[in-house]
Amino acid sequence: MNFFHRHRETTPYLLLAPGVLFLAVFFVVPLGFLAYQSLESGNFDVGFSFTWAWSNYWNAIHDYRAQFVRSIEYAGIATLLALVASYPVAYWIAFRGGRWKNLLLLFIVAPFFVTYLIRTLAWETILSDNGFVVNTLQTLHVLGPGGRLLATSTAVVAGITYNFLPFMALPLYVSLEQIDERMIEAAEDLYASKLHAFLRVTLPLSLPGIVAGTLLTFIPAAGDFINAQLLGSTQNHMIGNVIQSKFLEQTDYPSAAAMSFILMGAILVFVFVYARLVGTEQLTGTAG
Amino acid sequence: MTDQLTRRQLLERAAIGGTAITLPGLLAACGSSGTKAAGGTTSSSHKLAKTLHFSNWTLYMDTNNKKHTNPSLIEFEKKYGTHVAYVEDINDNASFFGKIQGPLSRGQSIDRDIIVLTDNDRYLGLMLRKGWAEKLDKSAIPNIKNLVAVQQHPNFDPNREYTLPWQSGMTGIAYNDTLTDPVLSVSDLLENSKLKGKITVLNSMGDAMTLVMLANGDDPTKVTDKSWNDAFNRIKKAVDNKQIRQFTGNDYAPPLAKGDLSAAMSWSGDIAQIGNKHIHWNVPKDGGALWTDNMLIPKGGDVYTASVYMNYVYDPKVQGLMEAGDPKRNITGIYYIPPVAGAKKWALSFNPAVANNPLIFPSPKTLETVHIFDNAALNNQKYLEQWQNLISG
Repeated sequence: MNFFHRHRETTPYLLLAPGVLFLAVFFVVPLGFLAYQSLESGNFDVGFSFTWAWSNYWNAIHDYRAQFVRSIEYAGIATLLALVASYPVAYWIAFRGGRWKNLLLLFIVAPFFVTYLIRTLAWETILSDNGFVVNTLQTLHVLGPGGRLLATSTAVVAGITYNFLPFMALPLYVSLEQIDERMIEAAEDLYASKLHAFLRVTLPLSLPGIVAGTLLTFIPAAGDFINAQLLGSTQNHMIGNVIQSKFLEQTDYPSAAAMSFILMGAILVFVFVYARLVGTEQLTGTAG
Repeated sequence: MTDQLTRRQLLERAAIGGTAITLPGLLAACGSSGTKAAGGTTSSSHKLAKTLHFSNWTLYMDTNNKKHTNPSLIEFEKKYGTHVAYVEDINDNASFFGKIQGPLSRGQSIDRDIIVLTDNDRYLGLMLRKGWAEKLDKSAIPNIKNLVAVQQHPNFDPNREYTLPWQSGMTGIAYNDTLTDPVLSVSDLLENSKLKGKITVLNSMGDAMTLVMLANGDDPTKVTDKSWNDAFNRIKKAVDNKQIRQFTGNDYAPPLAKGDLSAAMSWSGDIAQIGNKHIHWNVPKDGGALWTDNMLIPKGGDVYTASVYMNYVYDPKVQGLMEAGDPKRNITGIYYIPPVAGAKKWALSFNPAVANNPLIFPSPKTLETVHIFDNAALNNQKYLEQWQNLISG
């Protein structure tokens, strides 16, 4: 009898301990501190004290409603664009990639070898006022003569879409790749048109990938502040920018903490509604 | 198999177990960090440390372009036997303060002997009020006599007991002459419709408000609610009109050089460093701002060694080389404004072109047109909040 057999009652604890310890130390405890901080009042000079200051929450919602809404809006549009852009790519790689599959996947992940900040700064150059993109759009009269892309919401949404695209493309690929092509053949044998076969067979079977991809894109995108900072103007700032400024510039930790919780709550509500609409099994990918 | 745990039980037990394991450990960890108080090395021992840890802003030291070394630091090591571990890890006052305030508030050392903070932001004053700075060892700084007169009694440290200037700079307006006529006033910058969406304003409240208050005919060294509101509303109007493209730190430099910006509220030294002949910098016609980056010794730093280093850079000959560089030896200087009297004489001997640059060694007449923002206003919570809300949309 080895150790684990003799202590079968305690075995699960021991096996789980590293993971639980990690989560507790790096997630639960900091979250607890943050919650505590979000209910403090005072300022950095005189110090903060815990006073159940729920007003931090009401004030945040009241003062920064525009930025909250904008974050959800930008993240939502970017998620949708990423889905539309990466679905055909993932589909093509999964069904037509053949022996190039791995190389093609590498191309999708390739931008990740460069840091986030540099990738975003590259967009600053691509979209610059005297750059190729703006000049072309001006020639085509899409943009007026004085028009620009930098420091507009278009640039921010484009930046977010680009930066989070692989988070969308990879789960989509995985779910599409698992589809048994014979099912699609069967649908066509049963007189489904190409479009019908796609809508009734391929699309539902790839739903776990869509759900995973949209969540992986939407959740970090809603809290992003780099894209709005570098590609947007003051009118395009998202809630991440406000939290950053409250935390670092104003040293108003309670407000920053409260806003973080509000954002977290908003995202949780979104995920919950989303899960209700598409069914929880899609979230865990157990539907087959 | 019947006594096998269900998944749920397993999770429950693990959760309890996990909490039981972690909490005492964590508390212990928190407790012990508090007891490791700083200040152990602060006794006034007159012994030089082996290494001096110096955190500074980017591009803020004389550099040998061939060897990628800092000649004045090598010279210091030769002379005193103390190696300077020099790191340029300060990008702006707020985030650097955010980084060090945690350990300092718990009484821990931040493992630095000298840091540099700006007087037109609130954090320098905050460091002193919180008692997070060590007193300088003036007996080791006889060269303090070379400190220029205007810097001797700042209101945040009236007798220079804790801080010494590293470099100063001016805030004004830069413009790109390929894109616009000269932009020489705040009203041009904020209200000329030809520049709509092509200009930026500094996100540093002290800089921006000083310039706008001067343009309004108000005194930025004594801020009142009325002068504040007038200046604030003038900037807000320019935001609402989409005249202002962005609020920036020193990241205005690349777009200004590329042509995305026609003009920008900007710092003198940055423009001197860009060295682009189409980009011109001026003090606005109603006046500009003057700011100074100050060295200080954070709690727990080695006071004597740091003071000896400060004394070294206040030697006019050393300062002259640091400031102007020396083309014959491939040394690039700092190119801001030195606080050391007599540095210009030496700078002339090393690099006359730089020594005669009015952005680096400004004339007394130029210095009369630049002002230091009211320190009390920098710490006014209401102003701070209004300003941050404006620049963060």
